[in-house]
Amino acid sequence: MGEVIVITSGKGGVGKTTTTANIGTGLAVHGKKVVLIDTDIGLRNLDVVMGLENRIVYDLVDVVEGTCRLKQALIKDKRFDGLYLLPAAQTRDKNSVSPEQMMWLCDELRKEFDYILIDCPAGIEQGFKNAIAGADRAIVITTPEVSAVRDADRIIGLLESQEIRNPRLLINRVRPDMVKRGDMMSMEDIVDILAIKMIGVVPDDENIIISTNRGEPAVIDNKSLAGQAYRNITKRVMGEDVPLLDLNVSDGFLSKMKKLFGFKSA
Amino acid sequence: MLDLFRLLTRRKESSKDVAKERLKLVLIHDRANVSPQFLEMVKSEIIKVIQNYMEIDEESLDIQLTRTNSDDGERVVPALVANIPIKNMKNAGR
Repeated sequence: MGEVIVITSGKGGVGKTTTTANIGTGLAVHGKKVVLIDTDIGLRNLDVVMGLENRIVYDLVDVVEGTCRLKQALIKDKRFDGLYLLPAAQTRDKNSVSPEQMMWLCDELRKEFDYILIDCPAGIEQGFKNAIAGADRAIVITTPEVSAVRDADRIIGLLESQEIRNPRLLINRVRPDMVKRGDMMSMEDIVDILAIKMIGVVPDDENIIISTNRGEPAVIDNKSLAGQAYRNITKRVMGEDVPLLDLNVSDGFLSKMKKLFGFKSA
Repeated sequence: MLDLFRLLTRRKESSKDVAKERLKLVLIHDRANVSPQFLEMVKSEIIKVIQNYMEIDEESLDIQLTRTNSDDGERVVPALVANIPIKNMKNAGR
């Protein structure tokens, strides 16, 4: 039986879709059978982040309304064995799907897949309720900003009231240089405020934008630090005990000289 | 001279500490999922009981609903935090 994990945040633009794409791809690289569901009906994006936008025929709403069979709507990612996408409908609204239909869908997919990752829309309305309806576990994304942490706190409360216990926190877009000089909340600061356990921390990395431009998740890019962070998070999702990524910038003489001459410090 | 001044004032509080403090205050209100009237009722009842034994500063009395970690650290549980400044003890209580 597969496991259903919802990736949520409350606030928009903190990296839910990017995280779904990267963890999903990471799991597939480890040989797992994975399906990604985009539940952001009307504002679908997971397809473009995955580079699968040209292959959509049917979508989530078609499946729950019975216009097509579930198997027909699943897009197989040809680059990674065992990775599939169920895209959101673009021309419908969030009320086209009900929590009961999502529970049915998750139960059907559990039979076939090891992991079902749900990309949740921003907000706490119908779309959010649909996305969490069939979930066993939750990953809450935040960035080190007051607004995002506040919204994450609200989401944690709502998840707990829906009996989704022990959500895990992912802190995205951390800038170690700013944390160092006291201008950005650290991992410890945020964990202290939200009182939940971490699943990982992802540094702010321009490779994420480059990989999204190309439609290739950063998790397969060995040179990207964010990719490394996502590879570690993938292992933690599978239950492995991996230490948190050390984001401290080593400002030794050599790296300073490299920066001076425009080389990227490794 | 201006730089020196900036250096001296900057040391006072880093922006992340300001963020943390502001967040903590905002979350206390967000998490208290009850009406202000409810908290007022609780507050006035507590004042009534305590006043039988001591003289308190009603103006600066502060009662908040917040969240805290449970003893085993596994769950988050709600907590009632009351800050009640005492002016004087009443003789009747001794």
